[in-house]
Amino acid sequence: MFVLIRVFSGHPVVDAVKLAFYRPGFYRGGGLTQEAMRGPSEWSVADRELMAAYVSKINETEFCIAAHTATSALAYNDGAKVSATLADLETAPLTEALRATLRMLGKLTRENNVDADDIRRVLAAGASEQQIKDALAVAFAFNVTDRLADVFDFAVDDSAAINAGAKYLLARGYR
Amino acid sequence: MARVLEGEGRASPDIRRAAFDNDGLAEPVRTFVDKVAHRARTVTDADIGTLRNAGLSEDQIYEIVVCAAIGQATRQYHKALAALSAATGRT
Repeated sequence: MFVLIRVFSGHPVVDAVKLAFYRPGFYRGGGLTQEAMRGPSEWSVADRELMAAYVSKINETEFCIAAHTATSALAYNDGAKVSATLADLETAPLTEALRATLRMLGKLTRENNVDADDIRRVLAAGASEQQIKDALAVAFAFNVTDRLADVFDFAVDDSAAINAGAKYLLARGYR
Repeated sequence: MARVLEGEGRASPDIRRAAFDNDGLAEPVRTFVDKVAHRARTVTDADIGTLRNAGLSEDQIYEIVVCAAIGQATRQYHKALAALSAATGRT
């Protein structure tokens, strides 16, 4: 089936796009991901792309780490900030609200659960209830997508293709 | 979500629902779905081959994977929302 998905499109598009158009009548995922990543939110697009990269790092999904690291770096215009976050969340130059949110998303992704105290720590760090809900929507989208990317073995593209994909995601989103 | 569980598909709605729930499946699908839910990065072509040898088509396997992925992410999401409700006292 991997071969089938890979040859589905003759166009030079990344595997994530091929999967989205593989059987759109069954599953596409774009609408939900678009809403989480580009819908109205107190989090910036760059912040949400960083969440996507961070969740993917916890899942060890190479394709999504590469894609969303590049997209977040482009959106922040600050690659060092994104690299620092993925290298060490605790020392990265982030607001405490975003750091606490990423920490909570990391635990949820790794352990499949968080408790009320975990959430209280995020609220105490300055994130609003709505920001937590928005961040959970991002984590949901990427806990689905990372699994599909892993099982369908999305190829990690070269840096030129990754950067082109990042520009596309910022210009056009996930629809 | 209802579409992947109940809409038109090649795998039966029962299997899709069980894959979503990661519960009530027979081997070899049971082991495979648990791997998608908890260790997706370790799924190999050999795992897919095992399902094909058991008589599942590519389309059926694809549907099972999608349901398993969405199911696990949904469980995480609902647990986190419940924790948020507990923390804020709001539902």
